[in-house]
Amino acid sequence: MEITTLVAGPVNFNVNALAANFWQLTIDGLAYGAIYALVAVGYTLVYGVLRLINFAHSEIFMLGMFGQYAVLMLLGFTPSGNVYAEGTLLTIVYLGIAMLGAMAVSGGAAVGLERLAYRPLRKRNAPSLVFLITAIGASFVIQEFVHYVLPQLTNNQLGGVNAQVPIRLVAPEEEFTLFGASVTNITLIILVSAFLLALGTDVFVNRTKFGRGIRAVAQDPTTATLMGVSRERVIILTFLIGGVLAGAAALLYTLRVPNGIIYSGGFILGIKAFCAAVLGGIGNLRGALLGGLILGVMENYGQVLFGTGWRDVVAFVLLILILMFRPTGILGETLGRARV
Amino acid sequence: MTVASFNERSKGGVGDGFRGWWNSLARPAQWAFGVPVILFLAVLPLLNIPLLTTEGTNFGSVMAQFGMYALIAIGLNVVVGQAGLLDLGYVGFYAVGAYTVALLTSPDSPWNQTGDGGFLSKDWAWLACLPIAMAITALSGLILGSPTLRLRGDYLAIVTLGFGEIVRLLADNLEDITGGGRGLSQVAYPRVGVTPEFPLGVFSAGNVGKTLNSGVWWYWLSIVLIVIMLLFVGNLERSRVGRAWVAIREDEDAAEIMGVPTFRFKLWAFVIGAMIGGMSGALYAGQVQFVVPTNFNVVNSVLFLCAVVLGGQGNKLGVILGAFIIVYLPNFFLGRTEILGIPVNGSQIAEYKYLFFGLALMVLMIFRPQGLIPVRQKLLTYGRQLYVAARRRSKEEHAEVTK
Repeated sequence: MEITTLVAGPVNFNVNALAANFWQLTIDGLAYGAIYALVAVGYTLVYGVLRLINFAHSEIFMLGMFGQYAVLMLLGFTPSGNVYAEGTLLTIVYLGIAMLGAMAVSGGAAVGLERLAYRPLRKRNAPSLVFLITAIGASFVIQEFVHYVLPQLTNNQLGGVNAQVPIRLVAPEEEFTLFGASVTNITLIILVSAFLLALGTDVFVNRTKFGRGIRAVAQDPTTATLMGVSRERVIILTFLIGGVLAGAAALLYTLRVPNGIIYSGGFILGIKAFCAAVLGGIGNLRGALLGGLILGVMENYGQVLFGTGWRDVVAFVLLILILMFRPTGILGETLGRARV
Repeated sequence: MTVASFNERSKGGVGDGFRGWWNSLARPAQWAFGVPVILFLAVLPLLNIPLLTTEGTNFGSVMAQFGMYALIAIGLNVVVGQAGLLDLGYVGFYAVGAYTVALLTSPDSPWNQTGDGGFLSKDWAWLACLPIAMAITALSGLILGSPTLRLRGDYLAIVTLGFGEIVRLLADNLEDITGGGRGLSQVAYPRVGVTPEFPLGVFSAGNVGKTLNSGVWWYWLSIVLIVIMLLFVGNLERSRVGRAWVAIREDEDAAEIMGVPTFRFKLWAFVIGAMIGGMSGALYAGQVQFVVPTNFNVVNSVLFLCAVVLGGQGNKLGVILGAFIIVYLPNFFLGRTEILGIPVNGSQIAEYKYLFFGLALMVLMIFRPQGLIPVRQKLLTYGRQLYVAARRRSKEEHAEVTK
């Protein structure tokens, strides 16, 4: 008797809804997944180089949301919740400036975190649990800084208990339809910018001299140092790339979820981005990108299949299932794989 | 390693002196010192010591909460400190324990067994649920552990984090059963000490205000459970299981090569840790008489881990101290306007607790990563006998030298 209530009651299994909206769900899921993917790159690169779960990366993302918000306020936008109509070109310029602001804040915060929190531990050869606990501590500190201290510094303009009143530059409008699914301008902005950023990062890590340094340290830190690679510089660079991408992801996320700018807004997203990194194979750049997209799409399907509340459950169950059958993720851990 | 060098290592600071002295005592002597200390800790809420007691909230309730956290810390210490498995979803087990009691005894639950036709009598419902909750939590540890414990450390951390969230989301989403966000109320609690003054017994949440309130009673109950668990975990530690855990923690591959069935012992650590977490959850459900998903956030997992790391992972007394700090400090500042004549805004400090915990963790990890009371590696097989023997010998040598 209990079993039947379990199935018929709170848990739906609505295949028809999934079939009817399949392409729409896929496209929206890809847009969400692209944001996960950008954040996941930060986790995966740091893990590849330092074998460290940078638990505070979600807070770097959150700072990026506040960074772009602050830049938009400095540009003269007042928070109201109404959509500004600035014309296409000007909107793109403003968004570009805001994205640069978010990247600067997140990148700076990531490097600062590395210098202040992780470097002293590295010098002492601390075990990995110590790094993780420090990361958790840093995560608390950054969150609570935005929660309590930032409003006092900014005259209650930024931070605090409540989410920021959104500054919206773009209203969702349908641009065209694909397989009967409508593609909005916001989806388009997210997918195009995420694609360009991911491509740029991939080229940077796989084709440039700096990228070769990163891969060398990931593969074998000692040998890389002997070959003249500065490990410290590589570590800073890694944190910087992760932070910059998290900043970009933060701007894209606020386009999609304008009410999400809050001190606790990065936490769950960060955990899921980390799941995405693990899903694809942590330490593997392309794995993180792939894992992000898969996670975004799958949880969108799951949300319709089982009901809205099951979205996160689908994400975590998917993670556990994949790790059971492929313990190193879909693409495996290969950031440090040798390549000429 | 010779006995002499082993003994030399234990000569260090104050803590080491104390540790050496304690370990050299015979079992009955340890009890003779231990029982008065425990009794003193038990009557602490009744003494109302000015600078120790909490002003903003009831000290008894704070100590009851400490008791629950201490149990959690002991359980999590088995997983993290002994076996070296990083569990970031421990709150999931705590939630399973709490919800088991709530589902079996709350009138809001469809599986309520305390009403007509149920198998639980109202008076004994909580006590009967305690072993059930522990068994079910242990089972959940087995279910989570058996597929995931083959994963390496970092993966395990994220998978357990996911598990913690899944449990909370299940409680939130299965509204027909768990009441969803409304939670389950009127959970059973021990009905003892029923007098005309306390018609619902001394453990009832209605027993408030006076010095001997329900919080103190729950604190006493948790002390009993803590002592039992300490004996249980301590004996495990000194057994073959404990030695296997330490071997796995220090080097899993080497342990496996030496013939330790690592997977089985990791699973044991997980299941035992889960069981103790479930026990604490059952205590919580009984004390608050109300469970709701928001009390089982991931942040709690992190706080539990803080307690273990802060106190000194691997050391049972250390993690209890850690639990005390985590629970007591925010409550100490709550509602306080001055400390020793210095005016402070205590409530604001209490509000900022996560900020301070975060800073404290970061500073601690840089300067004392082993925790406040770190664990010392003992020769586990003959540990106590060896301590006694080594101390006796060094005393004799000392006597000879001074002669």
